[in-house]
Order: sequence, then C-alpha cells, then structure tokens
Amino acid sequence: MCLAVPGKVISMTGGELFSRKGKVEFNGIIKEVSLAYVPEIRVGDYVMVHVGFAISKVDEKEAKQVFKYLEEMEELKELDIKQARENRKGKT
Amino acid sequence: MKYLDEYRAKEAAEGLSREIRRIITRPWTIMEICGGQTHAIVKFGIDELLPEDITLVHGPGCPVCVTSLELIDKAIEIASRSEAIFCSFGDMLRVPGSKKDLLSVKASGGDVRIVYSPLDALKIAKDNPAKQVVFFAVGFETTAPANAMAVYQAHKEGVKNFSILVSHVLVPPAMEAILSSPNNRVQGFLAAGHVCTVMGTTEYYPIAQKYRVPVVVTGFEPLDILQGILMCIKQLEEGRWVVENQYTRSVKEEGNSQAQKLIKEIFEIVPRKWRGIGEIVKSGLGLREPYRLFDAERRFALGDIKTQESPECISGLILQGVKKPYECAAFGKKCTPEHPLGATMVSSEGACAAYYRYRGLKVNKTKSRKNSTKR
Amino acid sequence: MSAKSPKDFSLSCPVPITRYPNILMAHGGGGKLMHDLIANMFAVVFKNPFLMEGHDSAVLDLSRKKIAMTTDSYVVRPLFFPGGDIGSLAVYGTVNDLAMSGARPLYLSAGFILEEGLGMEMLWRVVQSMGRAAKKAGVQIVTGDTKVVDKGKGDGIFINTSGVGIIEHRQKVSPRSVRPGDCIILSGDIGRHGIAIMAVREGLEFETTIKSDCAPLAHLVGKLLSAGVEIHCLRDLTRGGLASALNEIALQGKVSIELDENMIPVRGDVQGACEILGLDPLYVANEGRFVAFVKEKDAARALKIIKKDSLGTDASIIGKVRKEFPFIVTMKSKIGANRIVDMLTGEQLPRIC
Repeated sequence: MCLAVPGKVISMTGGELFSRKGKVEFNGIIKEVSLAYVPEIRVGDYVMVHVGFAISKVDEKEAKQVFKYLEEMEELKELDIKQARENRKGKT
Repeated sequence: MKYLDEYRAKEAAEGLSREIRRIITRPWTIMEICGGQTHAIVKFGIDELLPEDITLVHGPGCPVCVTSLELIDKAIEIASRSEAIFCSFGDMLRVPGSKKDLLSVKASGGDVRIVYSPLDALKIAKDNPAKQVVFFAVGFETTAPANAMAVYQAHKEGVKNFSILVSHVLVPPAMEAILSSPNNRVQGFLAAGHVCTVMGTTEYYPIAQKYRVPVVVTGFEPLDILQGILMCIKQLEEGRWVVENQYTRSVKEEGNSQAQKLIKEIFEIVPRKWRGIGEIVKSGLGLREPYRLFDAERRFALGDIKTQESPECISGLILQGVKKPYECAAFGKKCTPEHPLGATMVSSEGACAAYYRYRGLKVNKTKSRKNSTKR
Repeated sequence: MSAKSPKDFSLSCPVPITRYPNILMAHGGGGKLMHDLIANMFAVVFKNPFLMEGHDSAVLDLSRKKIAMTTDSYVVRPLFFPGGDIGSLAVYGTVNDLAMSGARPLYLSAGFILEEGLGMEMLWRVVQSMGRAAKKAGVQIVTGDTKVVDKGKGDGIFINTSGVGIIEHRQKVSPRSVRPGDCIILSGDIGRHGIAIMAVREGLEFETTIKSDCAPLAHLVGKLLSAGVEIHCLRDLTRGGLASALNEIALQGKVSIELDENMIPVRGDVQGACEILGLDPLYVANEGRFVAFVKEKDAARALKIIKKDSLGTDASIIGKVRKEFPFIVTMKSKIGANRIVDMLTGEQLPRIC
C-alpha cells in the first residue's frame, strides 16, 4: 500500500497552511504537490510524496542510519577477527 | 535519485543478508503487511537474499486486494451512469466485481478516468459542473490525509458535484485480526513505513505487548526491507517483542500531527468489510457529519448490493498466511490472473498472482535439482 | 519539401480547402472535395512518380526474390506529443517493423480515417510531418486512401500504413533463429515515448523535458547487416516495452533470456516519472529502440557499430540467451538477486500501492 517517493521542493506558493503548494522535483520531473501537511518545509528540503501530498520531510541525518549500521557491523567484525587472532596468539 | 538509489546498493544488501544469516538459528515466519513492500520484494528479488529459514508472508496491505466486492460493484454501478465521471487510481480499474471491472465499464462508454491524486478529481469536478464527479477513495492511513483534504476543500469551496466512494481501511485492526486467529503463523511484523509516517508508531505498542510479537516499522527500498527483517529476526532470536523503527528518515514516533488532525475532522472510525477476510470491527474510515454530503453511496442512493464471493476461493486464508496458493483447488485452473476468482489473484502483488507467475520456474528448478542428484 | 508551419499553410493553400477549415463528410465522399484534398494536400507533400500515376494501385518494380511486407494502424492520443505526432509515428512504426525483419524499407501506403469536423490545419500538420518522416526514413508513400466518419465516431485522425521492403542479405532474422549463447544488444535508453505521452494526459500531468524517442531504425539495422554481423533476431520495442518484446522472443524461440538490470539504460527523468507513477520502465513504451540478438563472437563489433550512430549512443549488451528454463525471462536486479520479468496481462496502469 501507499507508494511514496522522495523529491526536492524547488518552489512554494500560497500563504494559508492548507492551500500551501509547491513544485517538487523528482530527478528532472516536476509535479505540483500539496504542502498542507508539512508546515516546517522550506525550499531545498526533500519530502516524501504520496498521491500529490507531501506526508513528511526526509530527515537527512536519519537517512544515513542504515549505512552507519553497516559500518558498525563491519567494524565489529574486524574487531572480532582481531580478537580471535589475539586469542589464538595467547593460546600458542 | 537521491534517497532512492543509495538504498538499492548491492554490496550493502549483501552485507545485511550476511548478517541475517549469521544471527539466525531457526525458522521464523515474518509478515510484511504492506503491498508496496511485497512489490519491492518481488521486483528486486529480495527473498533470494534471505536464508531458507525465513518465511515471508505477504499481508493484506494492498488496498486494491482488500476493497470489498460490494464496494467494487458500487463503483461499477456509479461509473455506468451517464451523469457520472468516475475517477480512480490506475490499479483499481482491473479489479473484478461480481460481473465485470471498471475497465469494461469504460469500454462500454462509461466515463472512467485515471487520476494521480484526489485533488485531480476535485479539479475535474470544478471543470465539469454539469456532471457528478466521484473519486474512488481507497487506501490505508497513508492515503487518508489526501482524501480528507479533497473533501475539506470541496466543502469549503462548495463544490456540489463532487463526492467520494470511501473504502478506507486501517492497519492495526487487521494485524489484530491476523494475530488473534487460531491459525496464525506470523511471529513478527514489518509494519508499513508510510502508514506510520502519517499515524506514528504508538498504535503498535499495545499490539506488540499483547501478542508478544516484534513489530519493526520498515521502509520500501531493498536495504530498508533487509534491515527491517534483520531487526525483526534479532528480536525473535533474543526473545524480545517491542516496536522498533527502521524507517527513521520518514517516520517520527508521533507521526504527522497536521495530517492526523484533518483525518479526524473529516473521517470517523467505522466497521469495514475486507475482501477475503470479512468484516473487522473499527477497521475502516467513513465520512463524519457534516461531510456525509460528499459520500457517493448516499448521493447515488445505492442501497445494499448483495454479493457472493466464489465459494472455491480461499484468498482469506492466503492473506492470513495460513495456506499457500498451490493448496487451493482452483489455483491455476479456474483461477488465473486473466480470470481471477479472488483478490489475491488480482493485483500483481497478490500472493496468488505472484505464485502463478513464478510457478513455471519453481517447477523447473526442483526438476533440475532432482536430475542433478540422480547423476 | 520544406517544413512549413501551419501559418504558411493558410497563405499557400488553394481555395477549396481554405473554404472549409474543417473536414466534412464530403471530403471522403469520392467527389470534388475529396479530389481537392488529395491533390492539394497529400499529393503535394508525398509527391513521387508512383503516386502521381494516380492509378488504383501503385505498380512497383522490386526485382528481388524476397520482399518483406507489414501493416500497422495508429490511434495515438494526443495527436501531437513532445518529440512526435501521429504522422511521424505512422511512418516510423511501419518502417521499423520492416527493418526488424532485416528488410530495407522502400514504399508505404497511407490510409486515413478522419473524423468529421477535424481542423484542416491539424491534418496539414500531420501530413507534413509524415512527409518529413518518410524523407528521413528513405521511403516513398506510393498509394493511399481517405475516409471520413461522422463526428464522434473517430478520434480526430486514425492512420494505417502498410510497407514493403526488400531483403538484400541471406540471413534468417527471426525469433526461431535465436540460439543459446546469443548476446542481446539494446540500442539505447528505454521508456521515453510512454512517459512523454503520459506527461500530457489529463489527470497525470507533470512537467518534463522528456521527448518521445520516435525515430526510424532501418539505416542502423542496414549498417549491421552490411558489416556482416550475424544477426539472429531483431525486435523494436513498442507498446509493451522491453519486457514484452523479450518475452515474445523467448516464447517463439523456445529459449530463456537472462538480463542484467545494471546494463539497461534508463534516463534519470524517466526513472523519476516511473517512481512517482509506480511504473516499471521495462514495460513502458518506446518508438525508436530495438533489441538485436547477435552471435556472441560478433557482439562487441555490433555494439561498436550501433554506438557510433546518433540513435544508438547509449546502446548496451543487456543480457544473454540461455537454454535452461525455456520461455522465461529473468533479470539480475540492482541488488544482485534474480527476478522473473514476465508479460503483463494488460496495459501497465499507474498504481498507488
């Protein structure tokens, strides 16, 4: 359910909250999108768009979360390997 | 595309896949609720990166699949009337009602139009004041703010020839229906990231506790889904059952409060019949007074349409993950994607349709495996 | 002929047509109005000795044993779209079908079904576009027909074109010639035509600079053939997109096809449009792309030839033909897993889920 796609807000119009609209760019495709539900949005922000409505702002910091997780995983693995090596050294 | 392509990276996907294989010690059954996630799993072949110990059950999170036969028939009835312009998202057009689908209504002269947004339907209403314009408002919580806004604006601007045929459904009651079924096999959930973007994550706390089941709010790209599965397996292996959020770049604990406000203004919680499952209490949204004016069912005085699902169809059991499609007598014989008997054969993400397509290869694979062992 | 704008038309246009700015039933009635239409519009633009004979049929001297013949009807809406129109489409579509059987296209017929009330200027633009397209593709429109239907019974203009081409080589270009081990070359990025059309459809509109890839492909195929590349099969990608074309070939050739998603070029903006509408570019329509199944040893050379042409700069070897699991098309996805690429039941519809 519920296809939503990240796009970049390139312009905004309308003052009153519910009539706020903006042009959102998806890799060169531009669509007019309602910004009624994302009052915090500024031009340049990325939003998740579902059926013509921005439903959230993409959190730039959190977007890196999975990659940080993977890095930590790799570091842990290296640590494990190091430790295993040292253990082996200790044994011999 | 920024925020899309990076979550489709091969090396990272393989890293997550390795980690899942490293920590898993026994078989687990996980349900991804959302049809969008099912779509991504099929499109990218994500299940192929998972160990055989993981069984993914495709949940009832496809609005196309779960919209009841009665409502499809009502849509067809409205769309057939000469005074109506019937607007819908594209994928609803092929869903079969009792006798036909919306595409064949269009073929026999009905004005049926595909739109991208409910606001496009509202615009069509303003441009065609002599016509009754109806939007087929299907969807889960994600789509509710959009449909609510269309009604809110129609009300504010006094657009009298616009109405919506509401088939809104809610995720948490469906999860509870699955979990409280005596046949339940699901041990962990990937919750739908965009539903939670709107509604937040707190609704799932009591479910996780009551049924002792891990719930991981998950995004839609391959890395999201793999990480969601990893987080879920981790909880299962460690004997924990809490709500975790994998999709933090879009989902906040409290959700989108602006959107929730307008949903509450326009809609109220009602019982809703799910195709293949039956009626679930408090599982849908219906228009609240004074917005009932915009209810297409009222405006067209449709009354009760009695429908009969095919008695041979076991899509309800399939949606709950109790039975596999090939265990159905009609599968591949009376029931095919061209002539579906039930919901799960309709949408390309439906479990039966997916099995039907892949059947050829699976049969061949097992055959060749057998051959090679003979040698 | 020069590329006249519609404005030029009203200046240079003879009296009988300007007197009627719209198509009347009589323009298809066989009388004076119809003859005026043919003489002042079609004959002016399509001018060639065969057509000028003015006979019931064109008499062609092909002096070849093997000829190729094909027909196709064109009903596109809107009639004019970014990068093309129904006229250029009607020429290139049929030219490309001939090219895909390894033929050199020579002659086309053009049948028009016009809706009563159609703007004469609109028809003039389409006819001129056909003239330009025919010139570009190196074919002559040698015979034709015009019918007019009541208002409401048509969609402006429907065009049917049939084409004849000659086979100048000894290769058997057909799905049945496809063999395991063949390399599959795609001549460029996919999905432009379908997205360009969708961008201007009511209800789905979006802003974009994407233009249809609508183009004639015969000269490019000719280059491959005259270089002696061993071509087993050619197929232009039209309505059902790359996925449908490959499925058809797998079925007809009784082989399986293995693709690599990373090798299939899709422009960024086409991807963007596909993401927001929930479409898969593999199923989106094209009008100027083809796949060539060539013998493995010739693949690198064939790719080089295609890439040198302005229509093939983004060409790429996208996969191979296999023997195992006949009839099935599989693809290694971006994340390195396999998926089945099957044929769709109907037209791909935008989805929300």
